[in-house]
Amino acid sequence: MFYRETGDFKTSYSADTQTFPIKLDRYRFWAIAIFAGILVPLWIASVPRQSAEFFVNPILLPFLIFSLAAIGLNILTGYCGQVSLGTGGFMAVGAYACYKLTTAFPDLNLVLVIFASGAITAGVGVLFGLPSLRIKGFYLAVATLAAQFFLTWMFSKFGWFYNNSATGQITMPPREVFGIAITGPDAAPWATYFFCFFFVFVMGWAARNLVRGRVGRSWMAIRDMDIAAEIIGVNPLKTKLSAFAVSSFLVGIAGALYFGVWYGSAEPTEAFGITLSFQILFMIIIGGLGSMTGSFLGAGFMVLLPILLKKLMVDMGGMEVAVAKHIEIVVVGALIILFLILEPHGLARLWQLAKEKLRLWPFPY
Amino acid sequence: MSAQTKGAAIRMVHDADAPHDFTAENVLHGLPERSRGPVVLEVKNITLRFGGVVAIKDISFDIRKGEIRAIIGPNGAGKSSMLNVINGFYHPQEGEIWFNGARRKPMKPYEIAKQGIARTFQNIALFKGMSTLDNIMTGRLTKMHTNIFMQALWAGPAQAEEIEHREKVEKIIDFLEIQHIRKTPVGRLPYGLQKRVELGRALAAEPDLLLLDEPMAGMNVEEKEDMCRFILDVNEEFGTTIALIEHDMGVVMDISDRVVVLDYGRKIGDGTPDEVRSNKDVIDAYLGVSHD
Repeated sequence: MFYRETGDFKTSYSADTQTFPIKLDRYRFWAIAIFAGILVPLWIASVPRQSAEFFVNPILLPFLIFSLAAIGLNILTGYCGQVSLGTGGFMAVGAYACYKLTTAFPDLNLVLVIFASGAITAGVGVLFGLPSLRIKGFYLAVATLAAQFFLTWMFSKFGWFYNNSATGQITMPPREVFGIAITGPDAAPWATYFFCFFFVFVMGWAARNLVRGRVGRSWMAIRDMDIAAEIIGVNPLKTKLSAFAVSSFLVGIAGALYFGVWYGSAEPTEAFGITLSFQILFMIIIGGLGSMTGSFLGAGFMVLLPILLKKLMVDMGGMEVAVAKHIEIVVVGALIILFLILEPHGLARLWQLAKEKLRLWPFPY
Repeated sequence: MSAQTKGAAIRMVHDADAPHDFTAENVLHGLPERSRGPVVLEVKNITLRFGGVVAIKDISFDIRKGEIRAIIGPNGAGKSSMLNVINGFYHPQEGEIWFNGARRKPMKPYEIAKQGIARTFQNIALFKGMSTLDNIMTGRLTKMHTNIFMQALWAGPAQAEEIEHREKVEKIIDFLEIQHIRKTPVGRLPYGLQKRVELGRALAAEPDLLLLDEPMAGMNVEEKEDMCRFILDVNEEFGTTIALIEHDMGVVMDISDRVVVLDYGRKIGDGTPDEVRSNKDVIDAYLGVSHD
């Protein structure tokens, strides 16, 4: 019983406003950060490339990238209450911005390119966020759906976006950061992993700071009761647009990493279709709306579940791949319905409940 | 109401039209001691229509610094509409609003909140997903200004601002005696405490004028007594000017300095509680009048 929530007294407000007020939570966070940021890349670098790729490409990279996209969507939907189905479209904006910037300015540092892609996506997000001032809920979802279809259509329609390549695809040219290949076929798995981890860590930290301060409170005020929020002095225009901007910034970075580092090449309607938007929406529903932990849990769940199911059904059960794929879709759909009915606050809330139960375990009274 | 009393009511409204020099002897004469401060807010000849329905018709009154001003009237008299006009949620078709000595242009509610008008709501309008502390901190949003990049980094100015405002909020939490529920999500709190948190959120804005829409609706006697004490304490300790709507006549007559009575969107009485109590139109509006 080393984990205690009591006896950790605060004597200053700055200590009381920390993200993890409990000392052991803080240690755990740093332990996870060091594990994920230092030990895992070292381990990946030490194993042979083939087995490293087995872990990095299908599991670790999608987990990191989808976590970032889920945090982005969570800010918009979970914290500010604006439902969006345009995540795939905004990720496409990030990806195409990244592609255009790397091909137009070959010498530009990749880190800067990724941040710039985020900034461009933020601008596009604000543009498509403008209707949110007039329309709410279901209707806003439909308006963002229009963004999804318009953006992917635009990227496949106009040759300028894909530099008129014959296939209509965009392919990430090889780029290095500090002499280490990050994109292209020569990129080492540990480098791609660490590059994505860096962005997830930095942006996750910044997003957490935003939601616990002034900006986050105005977002949540708009979410919980927009009329009351306006009457106590929250400017709805600025608040909603800032949520769209920050959300799209994160989603754009996720899109740039998704295309640049993970896929390497992409075709808009396939890679950034409506399925992607729904997938990320499911992540935050299953993980937990309005929760940072939930974004990670949801991304991890949605990345791991298909792999586990495939292992169970195809490798162990001897089922046909196509049948297994359909069963997987059924399982995910059923889970989403179950979560929406039983625990709308998702895995993050389940985790909290488990902690509350364990606090008194085994004597509930 | 008979045609005759209606006529009388309209005449009264015109008689009560305030001249422009508010400190002149003839204006102050007859006002109770506590209601002789400068005028904080004055509404002049406000008319508010929703399509063909006239919610408020030609109403004028003033609220003076440091007083507790009650707005009463039967259901549907236009009291809440009046508050909504004052904080800019409704825009009246006719009339003027003067706030702190200047005529107010048509404004959005959040701009009016920045000017220094805060309010609570008839049906509790707290942010259910947030803790008590965060709810009261939202009351200070109008006073926090560090930009979003500083916020993202949680760097110097952003953190300093956060702590500065936290101290102010903690004073309000102490004042309202809600320290024990500081970190509880407000959705879990009982009704009376929720009302108190909502008062705290309005107080956090340090308003020049505090509007309370039925602060005691649905409370038991003890909760009402607590709430009365808080309202009087707020008025005394912070010197906040308060305008409140309330149906409990005992409370209104006890704590308010001056009372405006509305009925069917018209003003039928204005004065100290004693004056209002003996006003014939007011008695008729509340008790009904025989049409003979």
